[in-house]
Amino acid sequence: MGVIKTKGITKEYGAGLGQKRIKALDRLDLEIKEGEIFGVLGPNGAGKTTTIKILVGLMRPTSGTAQIFGKDCNNTKVRSKLGFLAESPYFYEYLTASEFLAFYGQLFDLSKNEIKQRSSALLKQVGLESSANLQLRKFSKGMLQRIGIAQALINNPALVILDEPMSGLDPIGRKEMRELILSLKAQGKTIFFSSHIIHDVEVICDRVGILVNGKLLAVGQIDEITQEKETLEESFIRIVQEVSA
Amino acid sequence: MKWRAVAINTFKEVMRDKIFYNLLIFALILIGGSILLATLTLGEQSKIIMDFGLASINLFGVLMAIFLGVSLVSKEIEKRTLYTVLSKPIGRTEFLLGKYAGLLLTLLVNTSIMIAGLYLTLMLNQFRWGLPVLSVEPRLVEAVFMIYLELCLMTAVALLFSTFTTTTLAAMFTLSTYLIGHISANLLAMSEKFAVRSTALLVKVIYYTLPNLSNFDIKGQVVHKVPIEPSYFLLTSAYAVLYITLLIGTAAFIFKRRDF
Repeated sequence: MGVIKTKGITKEYGAGLGQKRIKALDRLDLEIKEGEIFGVLGPNGAGKTTTIKILVGLMRPTSGTAQIFGKDCNNTKVRSKLGFLAESPYFYEYLTASEFLAFYGQLFDLSKNEIKQRSSALLKQVGLESSANLQLRKFSKGMLQRIGIAQALINNPALVILDEPMSGLDPIGRKEMRELILSLKAQGKTIFFSSHIIHDVEVICDRVGILVNGKLLAVGQIDEITQEKETLEESFIRIVQEVSA
Repeated sequence: MKWRAVAINTFKEVMRDKIFYNLLIFALILIGGSILLATLTLGEQSKIIMDFGLASINLFGVLMAIFLGVSLVSKEIEKRTLYTVLSKPIGRTEFLLGKYAGLLLTLLVNTSIMIAGLYLTLMLNQFRWGLPVLSVEPRLVEAVFMIYLELCLMTAVALLFSTFTTTTLAAMFTLSTYLIGHISANLLAMSEKFAVRSTALLVKVIYYTLPNLSNFDIKGQVVHKVPIEPSYFLLTSAYAVLYITLLIGTAAFIFKRRDF
Protein backbone atom coordinates (compact mmCIF):
# COMPACT_ATOMS: atom_id res chain seq x y z
CA MET A 1 0.00 0.00 0.00
CA GLY A 2 1.26 3.46 -0.91
CA VAL A 3 1.80 5.83 2.00
CA ILE A 4 0.73 8.68 -0.26
CA LYS A 5 -1.71 8.07 -3.08
CA THR A 6 -3.28 10.71 -5.26
CA LYS A 7 -5.62 9.98 -8.13
CA GLY A 8 -6.34 12.60 -10.75
CA ILE A 9 -6.08 15.59 -8.43
CA THR A 10 -6.75 18.89 -10.09
CA LYS A 11 -6.65 22.25 -8.36
CA GLU A 12 -8.05 25.38 -9.92
CA TYR A 13 -7.97 28.88 -8.47
CA GLY A 14 -10.19 31.79 -9.28
CA ALA A 15 -8.02 34.68 -10.46
CA GLY A 16 -10.64 37.36 -9.87
CA LEU A 17 -13.96 38.28 -11.43
CA GLY A 18 -14.14 37.71 -15.18
CA GLN A 19 -10.63 36.26 -15.27
CA LYS A 20 -9.76 32.80 -16.51
CA ARG A 21 -9.28 30.24 -13.75
CA ILE A 22 -5.72 29.14 -13.10
CA LYS A 23 -5.00 25.42 -13.09
CA ALA A 24 -2.29 24.81 -10.48
CA LEU A 25 -2.52 21.01 -10.68
CA ASP A 26 -3.72 18.95 -13.59
CA ARG A 27 -4.85 15.35 -12.96
CA LEU A 28 -1.92 14.42 -10.75
CA ASP A 29 -1.43 10.71 -10.05
CA LEU A 30 1.19 9.86 -7.48
CA GLU A 31 2.06 6.90 -5.32
CA ILE A 32 4.77 7.01 -2.68
CA LYS A 33 5.88 3.73 -1.14
CA GLU A 34 6.67 3.09 2.48
CA GLY A 35 10.26 3.87 3.50
CA GLU A 36 11.32 5.76 0.38
CA ILE A 37 12.63 9.28 -0.10
CA PHE A 38 10.67 10.92 -2.86
CA GLY A 39 11.67 14.31 -4.24
CA VAL A 40 9.45 16.53 -6.36
CA LEU A 41 11.39 18.78 -8.70
CA GLY A 42 9.86 21.65 -10.56
CA PRO A 43 10.36 25.27 -11.54
CA ASN A 44 8.66 28.05 -9.53
CA GLY A 45 4.89 27.90 -9.88
CA ALA A 46 4.91 24.26 -11.02
CA GLY A 47 2.42 23.18 -8.33
CA LYS A 48 4.81 21.66 -5.78
CA THR A 49 3.49 23.65 -2.81
CA THR A 50 -0.12 23.14 -3.94
CA THR A 51 0.44 19.36 -3.97
CA ILE A 52 1.92 19.49 -0.48
CA LYS A 53 -0.86 21.74 0.84
CA ILE A 54 -3.43 19.22 -0.40
CA LEU A 55 -1.54 16.34 1.23
CA VAL A 56 -1.37 18.04 4.64
CA GLY A 57 -5.02 19.15 4.54
CA LEU A 58 -4.53 22.91 4.07
CA MET A 59 -6.27 22.82 0.69
CA ARG A 60 -8.91 20.71 -0.98
CA PRO A 61 -8.51 19.53 -4.57
CA THR A 62 -11.07 20.76 -7.09
CA SER A 63 -11.39 17.16 -8.26
CA GLY A 64 -9.67 13.83 -7.66
CA THR A 65 -8.70 12.10 -4.44
CA ALA A 66 -5.65 12.44 -2.22
CA GLN A 67 -4.94 9.93 0.51
CA ILE A 68 -2.27 9.32 3.11
CA PHE A 69 -2.15 5.94 4.84
CA GLY A 70 -5.25 4.95 2.89
CA LYS A 71 -7.38 7.75 4.31
CA ASP A 72 -8.51 11.06 2.86
CA CYS A 73 -6.06 13.89 3.53
CA ASN A 74 -8.80 15.94 5.20
CA ASN A 75 -9.18 13.32 7.88
CA THR A 76 -7.79 15.05 10.98
CA LYS A 77 -6.83 11.80 12.71
CA VAL A 78 -4.57 10.59 9.90
CA ARG A 79 -2.33 13.59 10.57
CA SER A 80 -1.16 12.04 13.84
CA LYS A 81 1.29 10.01 11.73
CA LEU A 82 2.41 13.02 9.71
CA GLY A 83 5.23 15.52 10.19
CA PHE A 84 5.26 18.70 8.11
CA LEU A 85 7.62 21.59 7.55
CA ALA A 86 6.30 24.46 5.42
CA GLU A 87 8.38 26.53 3.02
CA SER A 88 10.10 29.53 4.73
CA PRO A 89 8.12 28.75 7.83
CA TYR A 90 6.96 31.41 10.27
CA PHE A 91 6.52 30.36 13.84
CA TYR A 92 5.23 31.90 17.03
CA GLU A 93 8.24 34.09 17.71
CA TYR A 94 7.19 34.91 21.28
CA LEU A 95 7.68 31.27 22.35
CA THR A 96 10.95 29.76 23.47
CA ALA A 97 12.21 26.69 21.60
CA SER A 98 11.03 24.37 24.41
CA GLU A 99 7.59 26.01 24.66
CA PHE A 100 7.28 25.84 20.90
CA LEU A 101 7.89 22.08 20.80
CA ALA A 102 5.63 21.55 23.82
CA PHE A 103 2.78 23.39 22.05
CA TYR A 104 2.96 21.13 19.00
CA GLY A 105 3.37 18.07 21.23
CA GLN A 106 0.08 18.97 22.93
CA LEU A 107 -1.65 19.05 19.54
CA PHE A 108 -0.72 15.37 19.24
CA ASP A 109 -2.07 14.66 22.74
CA LEU A 110 1.40 13.63 23.92
CA SER A 111 1.84 13.39 27.68
CA LYS A 112 4.03 15.89 29.54
CA ASN A 113 6.70 13.27 29.98
CA GLU A 114 6.69 12.30 26.31
CA ILE A 115 6.92 15.97 25.30
CA LYS A 116 9.84 16.52 27.65
CA GLN A 117 11.74 13.50 26.39
CA ARG A 118 11.03 14.08 22.70
CA SER A 119 11.81 17.81 22.93
CA SER A 120 15.19 17.39 24.55
CA ALA A 121 16.15 14.57 22.14
CA LEU A 122 15.06 16.62 19.11
CA LEU A 123 16.78 19.82 20.29
CA LYS A 124 19.94 17.76 20.64
CA GLN A 125 19.44 16.17 17.22
CA VAL A 126 19.06 19.54 15.46
CA GLY A 127 21.85 21.16 17.48
CA LEU A 128 19.71 23.66 19.40
CA GLU A 129 20.23 22.28 22.90
CA SER A 130 21.78 25.50 24.19
CA SER A 131 18.94 27.61 22.73
CA ALA A 132 16.09 25.73 24.44
CA ASN A 133 15.08 28.77 26.50
CA LEU A 134 15.64 31.37 23.81
CA GLN A 135 12.62 33.05 22.16
CA LEU A 136 12.29 32.23 18.46
CA ARG A 137 12.40 35.96 17.59
CA LYS A 138 16.13 35.77 18.40
CA PHE A 139 16.73 32.80 16.07
CA SER A 140 18.62 33.04 12.76
CA LYS A 141 17.06 31.66 9.58
CA GLY A 142 19.09 28.47 9.80
CA MET A 143 18.08 27.97 13.43
CA LEU A 144 14.41 28.51 12.52
CA GLN A 145 14.68 25.85 9.83
CA ARG A 146 16.18 23.46 12.37
CA ILE A 147 13.52 24.11 15.02
CA GLY A 148 10.99 23.68 12.19
CA ILE A 149 12.35 20.22 11.52
CA ALA A 150 12.19 19.45 15.23
CA GLN A 151 8.47 20.35 15.40
CA ALA A 152 7.84 18.19 12.34
CA LEU A 153 9.31 15.22 14.21
CA ILE A 154 7.77 15.79 17.66
CA ASN A 155 5.21 13.01 17.11
CA ASN A 156 7.77 10.54 15.71
CA PRO A 157 5.86 10.52 12.40
CA ALA A 158 5.86 7.69 9.88
CA LEU A 159 5.58 10.17 7.01
CA VAL A 160 7.53 13.43 6.81
CA ILE A 161 6.56 16.06 4.23
CA LEU A 162 8.99 18.93 3.69
CA ASP A 163 8.36 21.90 1.41
CA GLU A 164 11.67 23.26 0.10
CA PRO A 165 13.61 22.23 3.22
CA MET A 166 16.95 23.38 1.81
CA SER A 167 15.88 26.83 0.66
CA GLY A 168 17.77 29.66 2.29
CA LEU A 169 20.31 27.37 3.93
CA ASP A 170 24.06 27.74 3.50
CA PRO A 171 26.04 24.78 2.01
CA ILE A 172 26.75 23.33 5.46
CA GLY A 173 23.12 23.69 6.48
CA ARG A 174 22.04 21.94 3.29
CA LYS A 175 24.47 19.10 3.89
CA GLU A 176 23.14 18.70 7.45
CA MET A 177 19.58 18.68 6.16
CA ARG A 178 20.45 15.96 3.63
CA GLU A 179 22.05 13.88 6.38
CA LEU A 180 19.01 14.37 8.57
CA ILE A 181 16.66 13.22 5.79
CA LEU A 182 18.82 10.12 5.24
CA SER A 183 18.78 9.38 8.97
CA LEU A 184 14.97 9.60 8.94
CA LYS A 185 14.88 7.05 6.14
CA ALA A 186 17.21 4.82 8.18
CA GLN A 187 14.58 4.95 10.95
CA GLY A 188 12.04 3.56 8.47
CA LYS A 189 10.20 6.80 7.79
CA THR A 190 8.83 7.83 4.41
CA ILE A 191 9.96 11.25 3.22
CA PHE A 192 8.30 13.39 0.59
CA PHE A 193 9.92 16.71 -0.19
CA SER A 194 9.90 19.39 -2.82
CA SER A 195 12.91 21.26 -4.09
CA HIS A 196 14.23 23.18 -7.00
CA ILE A 197 17.83 22.39 -6.06
CA ILE A 198 18.55 19.44 -8.32
CA HIS A 199 21.77 18.35 -6.64
CA ASP A 200 20.02 17.78 -3.28
CA VAL A 201 17.39 15.63 -4.93
CA GLU A 202 19.95 13.67 -6.92
CA VAL A 203 22.02 12.81 -3.88
CA ILE A 204 19.36 11.51 -1.51
CA CYS A 205 16.20 10.51 -3.35
CA ASP A 206 15.12 6.98 -4.15
CA ARG A 207 12.63 8.26 -6.68
CA VAL A 208 11.99 11.62 -8.28
CA GLY A 209 9.00 13.30 -9.87
CA ILE A 210 9.24 16.24 -12.26
CA LEU A 211 6.30 18.60 -12.04
CA VAL A 212 5.83 21.32 -14.65
CA ASN A 213 2.74 23.52 -15.06
CA GLY A 214 0.78 21.30 -12.69
CA LYS A 215 1.51 18.11 -14.62
CA LEU A 216 3.73 15.27 -13.51
CA LEU A 217 5.87 14.79 -16.60
CA ALA A 218 8.30 12.19 -15.32
CA VAL A 219 8.46 9.90 -12.34
CA GLY A 220 10.80 7.12 -11.32
CA GLN A 221 14.33 6.35 -10.23
CA ILE A 222 16.92 8.81 -11.49
CA ASP A 223 18.31 6.40 -14.11
CA GLU A 224 14.77 5.85 -15.40
CA ILE A 225 14.26 9.57 -15.95
CA THR A 226 17.64 10.44 -17.42
CA GLN A 227 18.61 9.47 -20.94
CA GLU A 228 22.00 8.03 -21.80
CA LYS A 229 24.93 10.07 -20.38
CA GLU A 230 22.50 12.73 -19.21
CA THR A 231 22.63 14.19 -15.69
CA LEU A 232 19.41 14.79 -13.76
CA GLU A 233 19.89 18.52 -14.27
CA GLU A 234 20.14 18.09 -18.04
CA SER A 235 17.06 15.85 -18.08
CA PHE A 236 15.15 18.37 -15.98
CA ILE A 237 16.02 21.26 -18.32
CA ARG A 238 15.18 19.13 -21.38
CA ILE A 239 11.76 18.18 -19.97
CA VAL A 240 10.91 21.75 -18.96
CA GLN A 241 12.01 23.09 -22.36
CA GLU A 242 10.00 20.44 -24.23
CA VAL A 243 6.87 21.62 -22.41
CA SER A 244 7.61 25.31 -23.01
CA ALA A 245 8.33 24.77 -26.71
CA MET B 1 -8.11 19.01 24.97
CA LYS B 2 -6.12 20.40 22.06
CA TRP B 3 -8.18 23.58 22.10
CA ARG B 4 -6.74 24.26 25.54
CA ALA B 5 -3.20 24.24 24.14
CA VAL B 6 -4.29 26.75 21.48
CA ALA B 7 -6.04 28.88 24.13
CA ILE B 8 -2.99 28.98 26.38
CA ASN B 9 -0.78 29.79 23.41
CA THR B 10 -3.08 32.69 22.45
CA PHE B 11 -3.05 33.93 26.05
CA LYS B 12 0.77 33.81 26.07
CA GLU B 13 0.91 35.68 22.77
CA VAL B 14 -1.05 38.63 24.15
CA MET B 15 0.68 38.58 27.52
CA ARG B 16 4.06 38.84 25.78
CA ASP B 17 2.93 41.74 23.61
CA LYS B 18 3.86 45.23 24.76
CA ILE B 19 0.65 46.70 23.32
CA PHE B 20 -1.37 44.85 25.95
CA TYR B 21 0.55 46.48 28.78
CA ASN B 22 0.49 49.91 27.14
CA LEU B 23 -3.29 49.80 26.87
CA LEU B 24 -3.72 48.42 30.37
CA ILE B 25 -1.45 51.02 31.96
CA PHE B 26 -3.20 53.80 30.08
CA ALA B 27 -6.58 52.51 31.28
CA LEU B 28 -5.36 52.33 34.89
CA ILE B 29 -3.98 55.89 34.70
CA LEU B 30 -7.35 57.06 33.39
CA ILE B 31 -9.27 55.24 36.14
CA GLY B 32 -6.91 56.52 38.84
CA GLY B 33 -6.90 60.00 37.31
CA SER B 34 -10.67 60.24 37.75
CA ILE B 35 -9.98 61.04 41.40
CA LEU B 36 -8.69 64.44 40.24
CA LEU B 37 -11.77 64.99 38.09
CA ALA B 38 -13.96 64.16 41.07
CA THR B 39 -12.57 67.12 43.04
CA LEU B 40 -14.42 69.40 40.60
CA THR B 41 -17.75 68.25 42.03
CA LEU B 42 -19.21 68.59 45.49
CA GLY B 43 -20.53 65.55 47.30
CA GLU B 44 -20.75 63.34 44.19
CA GLN B 45 -17.08 62.37 43.95
CA SER B 46 -17.61 58.62 44.09
CA LYS B 47 -20.29 58.78 41.38
CA ILE B 48 -17.92 60.63 39.04
CA ILE B 49 -15.17 58.08 39.72
CA MET B 50 -17.57 55.17 39.11
CA ASP B 51 -18.93 56.74 35.93
CA PHE B 52 -15.51 57.51 34.58
CA GLY B 53 -14.02 54.19 35.71
CA LEU B 54 -16.76 52.03 34.17
CA ALA B 55 -16.59 53.98 30.92
CA SER B 56 -12.81 53.45 30.83
CA ILE B 57 -13.15 49.71 31.51
CA ASN B 58 -15.71 49.49 28.73
CA LEU B 59 -13.70 51.52 26.23
CA PHE B 60 -10.37 49.77 26.77
CA GLY B 61 -12.03 46.37 26.94
CA VAL B 62 -13.74 46.94 23.61
CA LEU B 63 -10.53 48.27 22.04
CA MET B 64 -8.68 45.14 23.13
CA ALA B 65 -11.52 42.81 22.09
CA ILE B 66 -11.66 44.35 18.62
CA PHE B 67 -7.97 44.78 17.88
CA LEU B 68 -6.82 41.52 19.41
CA GLY B 69 -9.92 39.71 18.15
CA VAL B 70 -9.47 40.62 14.49
CA SER B 71 -5.86 39.52 14.54
CA LEU B 72 -6.74 36.15 16.11
CA VAL B 73 -7.01 34.27 12.83
CA SER B 74 -6.04 36.77 10.14
CA LYS B 75 -2.59 37.26 11.68
CA GLU B 76 -2.12 33.48 11.69
CA ILE B 77 -2.99 33.44 7.99
CA GLU B 78 -0.88 36.48 7.08
CA LYS B 79 2.11 35.23 9.06
CA ARG B 80 1.55 31.67 7.82
CA THR B 81 1.86 30.23 11.33
CA LEU B 82 -1.47 28.57 10.59
CA TYR B 83 0.11 26.19 8.07
CA THR B 84 2.03 24.32 10.73
CA VAL B 85 -0.84 24.21 13.24
CA LEU B 86 -3.50 22.99 10.82
CA SER B 87 -1.24 20.23 9.51
CA LYS B 88 -1.46 18.68 12.98
CA PRO B 89 -4.35 16.47 14.12
CA ILE B 90 -6.54 19.34 15.31
CA GLY B 91 -9.89 20.14 13.71
CA ARG B 92 -10.39 23.62 12.37
CA THR B 93 -13.40 24.27 14.63
CA GLU B 94 -11.41 23.16 17.66
CA PHE B 95 -8.62 25.53 16.63
CA LEU B 96 -11.07 28.44 16.35
CA LEU B 97 -12.60 27.63 19.74
CA GLY B 98 -9.11 27.55 21.25
CA LYS B 99 -8.27 30.97 19.81
CA TYR B 100 -11.58 32.37 21.10
CA ALA B 101 -11.15 30.89 24.58
CA GLY B 102 -7.61 32.25 24.77
CA LEU B 103 -8.75 35.77 24.08
CA LEU B 104 -11.66 35.52 26.52
CA LEU B 105 -9.17 34.51 29.20
CA THR B 106 -6.98 37.49 28.31
CA LEU B 107 -9.96 39.84 28.49
CA LEU B 108 -11.00 38.36 31.84
CA VAL B 109 -7.57 39.06 33.30
CA ASN B 110 -7.56 42.52 31.80
CA THR B 111 -11.05 43.39 33.04
CA SER B 112 -10.29 42.01 36.51
CA ILE B 113 -7.19 44.21 36.79
CA MET B 114 -9.17 47.26 35.67
CA ILE B 115 -12.03 46.71 38.15
CA ALA B 116 -9.48 46.15 40.91
CA GLY B 117 -7.97 49.51 39.90
CA LEU B 118 -11.41 51.14 40.04
CA TYR B 119 -12.17 49.77 43.52
CA LEU B 120 -8.76 50.90 44.71
CA THR B 121 -9.41 54.40 43.39
CA LEU B 122 -12.81 54.49 45.12
CA MET B 123 -11.30 53.33 48.42
CA LEU B 124 -8.59 55.96 48.14
CA ASN B 125 -11.29 58.58 47.63
CA GLN B 126 -13.21 57.35 50.69
CA PHE B 127 -10.01 57.50 52.76
CA ARG B 128 -9.29 61.00 51.52
CA TRP B 129 -12.64 62.31 52.77
CA GLY B 130 -12.45 60.38 56.03
CA LEU B 131 -15.27 57.98 55.05
CA PRO B 132 -15.27 54.21 55.76
CA VAL B 133 -12.84 52.76 53.21
CA LEU B 134 -14.79 49.56 52.55
CA SER B 135 -18.18 51.18 51.96
CA VAL B 136 -17.82 51.25 48.20
CA GLU B 137 -20.52 50.28 45.72
CA PRO B 138 -20.55 46.45 45.44
CA ARG B 139 -22.82 46.54 42.38
CA LEU B 140 -19.98 47.71 40.15
CA VAL B 141 -19.34 44.01 39.60
CA GLU B 142 -22.78 43.75 37.98
CA ALA B 143 -21.92 46.48 35.48
CA VAL B 144 -18.53 44.92 34.76
CA PHE B 145 -20.13 41.50 34.28
CA MET B 146 -22.32 43.02 31.57
CA ILE B 147 -19.31 44.77 30.02
CA TYR B 148 -17.50 41.43 29.94
CA LEU B 149 -20.48 39.78 28.20
CA GLU B 150 -20.36 42.55 25.61
CA LEU B 151 -16.63 41.94 25.14
CA CYS B 152 -17.24 38.21 24.62
CA LEU B 153 -19.79 39.07 21.94
CA MET B 154 -17.55 41.63 20.24
CA THR B 155 -14.65 39.14 20.23
CA ALA B 156 -16.91 36.63 18.45
CA VAL B 157 -17.83 39.31 15.88
CA ALA B 158 -14.12 40.08 15.38
CA LEU B 159 -13.34 36.36 15.07
CA LEU B 160 -16.02 35.91 12.41
CA PHE B 161 -14.67 38.76 10.29
CA SER B 162 -11.09 37.62 10.75
CA THR B 163 -11.87 34.23 9.19
CA PHE B 164 -12.54 35.67 5.74
CA THR B 165 -10.93 39.08 5.45
CA THR B 166 -7.74 40.98 6.24
CA THR B 167 -6.89 42.36 9.68
CA THR B 168 -7.59 45.97 8.66
CA LEU B 169 -10.95 45.25 7.04
CA ALA B 170 -11.98 42.98 9.89
CA ALA B 171 -11.18 45.79 12.37
CA MET B 172 -13.27 48.25 10.35
CA PHE B 173 -16.23 45.86 10.09
CA THR B 174 -16.10 45.00 13.79
CA LEU B 175 -15.86 48.64 14.83
CA SER B 176 -18.85 49.46 12.61
CA THR B 177 -20.83 46.59 14.16
CA TYR B 178 -19.98 47.96 17.61
CA LEU B 179 -21.09 51.50 16.79
CA ILE B 180 -24.30 50.43 15.03
CA GLY B 181 -24.98 47.91 17.81
CA HIS B 182 -25.05 50.74 20.31
CA ILE B 183 -27.37 53.03 18.37
CA SER B 184 -29.61 50.45 16.71
CA ALA B 185 -32.23 50.64 19.50
CA ASN B 186 -32.42 54.43 19.05
CA LEU B 187 -32.60 54.04 15.30
CA LEU B 188 -35.51 51.62 15.68
CA ALA B 189 -37.36 54.12 17.86
CA MET B 190 -36.74 56.82 15.26
CA SER B 191 -37.82 54.59 12.40
CA GLU B 192 -41.46 55.00 13.47
CA LYS B 193 -41.18 58.57 12.27
CA PHE B 194 -39.54 57.81 8.92
CA ALA B 195 -41.74 58.80 5.99
CA VAL B 196 -40.03 56.43 3.55
CA ARG B 197 -41.10 52.88 4.35
CA SER B 198 -38.03 51.24 2.81
CA THR B 199 -35.75 53.22 5.16
CA ALA B 200 -37.81 52.10 8.15
CA LEU B 201 -37.57 48.52 6.92
CA LEU B 202 -33.79 48.80 6.49
CA VAL B 203 -33.45 50.07 10.06
CA LYS B 204 -35.53 47.13 11.29
CA VAL B 205 -33.35 44.65 9.40
CA ILE B 206 -30.23 46.23 10.92
CA TYR B 207 -31.78 46.15 14.39
CA TYR B 208 -32.72 42.49 14.21
CA THR B 209 -29.54 41.30 12.46
CA LEU B 210 -26.82 43.11 14.37
CA PRO B 211 -26.39 42.65 18.11
CA ASN B 212 -28.25 45.12 20.29
CA LEU B 213 -25.36 46.19 22.48
CA SER B 214 -27.33 48.75 24.50
CA ASN B 215 -28.72 45.71 26.40
CA PHE B 216 -25.34 45.33 28.05
CA ASP B 217 -25.08 48.93 29.22
CA ILE B 218 -26.27 49.14 32.81
CA LYS B 219 -23.57 51.54 33.98
CA GLY B 220 -26.07 54.38 34.61
CA GLN B 221 -28.41 52.18 36.67
CA VAL B 222 -25.54 50.87 38.81
CA VAL B 223 -24.00 54.28 39.47
CA HIS B 224 -27.39 55.82 40.33
CA LYS B 225 -28.45 52.81 42.38
CA VAL B 226 -31.43 51.87 40.22
CA PRO B 227 -32.29 48.23 40.99
CA ILE B 228 -32.14 45.66 38.19
CA GLU B 229 -34.16 42.44 38.21
CA PRO B 230 -32.09 39.20 38.27
CA SER B 231 -34.14 38.02 35.27
CA TYR B 232 -32.61 40.85 33.24
CA PHE B 233 -29.12 39.40 33.79
CA LEU B 234 -30.36 35.95 32.91
CA LEU B 235 -32.08 37.02 29.70
CA THR B 236 -29.18 39.22 28.57
CA SER B 237 -26.71 36.39 29.26
CA ALA B 238 -28.89 33.99 27.25
CA TYR B 239 -29.03 36.57 24.43
CA ALA B 240 -25.22 36.86 24.45
CA VAL B 241 -24.68 33.08 24.51
CA LEU B 242 -27.12 32.54 21.64
CA TYR B 243 -25.59 35.31 19.55
CA ILE B 244 -22.03 34.10 20.25
CA THR B 245 -22.98 30.53 19.30
CA LEU B 246 -24.38 31.77 15.99
CA LEU B 247 -21.29 33.88 15.29
CA ILE B 248 -18.77 31.15 16.15
CA GLY B 249 -20.85 28.61 14.21
CA THR B 250 -20.77 30.82 11.12
CA ALA B 251 -17.03 31.50 11.59
CA ALA B 252 -16.37 27.75 11.83
CA PHE B 253 -18.52 27.09 8.75
CA ILE B 254 -16.45 29.58 6.70
CA PHE B 255 -13.11 28.57 8.21
CA LYS B 256 -13.63 24.86 7.52
CA ARG B 257 -14.16 25.51 3.84
CA ARG B 258 -11.20 27.80 3.28
CA ASP B 259 -8.05 26.92 1.38
CA PHE B 260 -4.77 28.19 2.79
